[in-house]
Amino acid sequence: MVPFIVYKLILVIVVFSVSLVVAMYSTYAERKVAAFMQDRLGPNRAGPFGILQPVADGVKMFMKEEIIPDVSNKWLFVLGPCIAMMTALMTGVVIPWGSSLVIKGQSYPLQITDINIGILYLLGVVSIGVYGIMIGGWASNNKYSLLGAIRASSQMISYELAMGFSIIALVMHTGTLSLREISAMQTGWHWNIFYQPLGFLIFIICAFAETNRAPFDLPECESELIGGYHTEFSSMKLGFYLFAEYINMFISSAVISTLYFGGYHMPFIGRFIHEGNWLTLLGIVFLFAKISFFIFFFMWVRWTIPRFRYDQLMHLGWRILIPLSLLNIAITGVVMYLTGRIV
Amino acid sequence: MLTNRSIAVTKKEMTLIERLYIPAILHGLRITVRHLFKKKVTIKYPESRREFAKVYRGQHVLKRDEIGAERCTACGLCAVACPAEAITMTAGERKKGEEKLYREEKYATTYEINMLRCIFCGLCEDACPKEAIFLTDRITPSTFNRGEQIYGKDKLVEPIGKPIDISARQTKEVIEFKKNAAYAHNKVYNG
Repeated sequence: MVPFIVYKLILVIVVFSVSLVVAMYSTYAERKVAAFMQDRLGPNRAGPFGILQPVADGVKMFMKEEIIPDVSNKWLFVLGPCIAMMTALMTGVVIPWGSSLVIKGQSYPLQITDINIGILYLLGVVSIGVYGIMIGGWASNNKYSLLGAIRASSQMISYELAMGFSIIALVMHTGTLSLREISAMQTGWHWNIFYQPLGFLIFIICAFAETNRAPFDLPECESELIGGYHTEFSSMKLGFYLFAEYINMFISSAVISTLYFGGYHMPFIGRFIHEGNWLTLLGIVFLFAKISFFIFFFMWVRWTIPRFRYDQLMHLGWRILIPLSLLNIAITGVVMYLTGRIV
Repeated sequence: MLTNRSIAVTKKEMTLIERLYIPAILHGLRITVRHLFKKKVTIKYPESRREFAKVYRGQHVLKRDEIGAERCTACGLCAVACPAEAITMTAGERKKGEEKLYREEKYATTYEINMLRCIFCGLCEDACPKEAIFLTDRITPSTFNRGEQIYGKDKLVEPIGKPIDISARQTKEVIEFKKNAAYAHNKVYNG
């Protein structure tokens, strides 16, 4: 029997490195998807099909001169990207990457920690992520950075509300805050998307806003704000910000798959395979297939929808999504009352 | 109203479905995903090249004649014709025993074209009375410093035994024109 601490450590290292590798290849995928949607080929020089491009980019980032502006608050300037990266990596710990592997009669759940308030933890960590952007933007002592940081913080705070409300409706339906229990109950076709379609729509829109992805990439806003909050950042500190965005995208996709698309479940697979461990391993594959689709979806949307104007963004957040999510809660309550699940 | 094609602008209220934006977004997603599978227009440059026009004007070549002697006689007409003033040369006198190297008694000891100034108009080619300079379909590669962009004779004169084909540049009209008796001192050159 593997000691508890070793098993958890292995899991932590695997999740950590998988997050980094997926984020790394998301940058490659982003450039390829962008290119293909614009009838181009994308990076294809480094290695076959340009498969080594992320490595080349990484080397480039490390080799760049590191500039810290003279007028900046140096300590906070360094702290900003660290927080962004740290919070991005912290979210992965509550996601159930698969059910349990049984080795020699001992069950090993494929989740770093199953805290019973997993969703609250997620929301909490994500909202700390705003600090990374805000501190970085403010410490740069640059007006573009400050504007970008203000936009980012107001946008993320606004959309967190609607996101929280849409999750409340989901929690009413599932009756638990633990991500493991939520994904365990979505066997067969009992995916939550079929019970919470409106909630899913609100959640995915908010997920786009929370990760600062197009069409909600106002904090960066290349054409208006140079680079927004990371204008003054160079070298790997910039790399951290960009990387954190891709990790966030990966984790958001994982959360969407877990909350609404059955997590590691795939309908009908139980008919063909009965051996528990194989089922678990296949479950991981299915989860990653779902995650890959959503990462692709993020990119797909980026090259389809133009960026919002700032007032439109606020209008959508406060006057459409929040009332809609409240309505969703009410509808969920009424339906649950009518079907006799609450008395 | 001259063309009768002007359309009166109306501020139409959007219907509920339109204001939901979701059908429009789905439509947009359909368009972009279709492009994913379209034929790509990129030409992978060093491996495959775009087809050039027959009369494409790229890097110059200084031709040699049938026995491998340089045709250029350093008359300077190309430098005079050059609107960008990219061509400079110094003339030298042919010594005894160099008849195999230089066709005429006078030749260019140095011949430089500044490729940063050159506009590839081809007027040097038109001006040349000795059929010595031609523009080819070769691309001048980019360099890391300006000095390398000044091409001397080492880059311009074609290597002995490996003539650079410029027959495509001599269109039927050009060959016909050069048969003119007034230019009999200059044979039609097809090398």
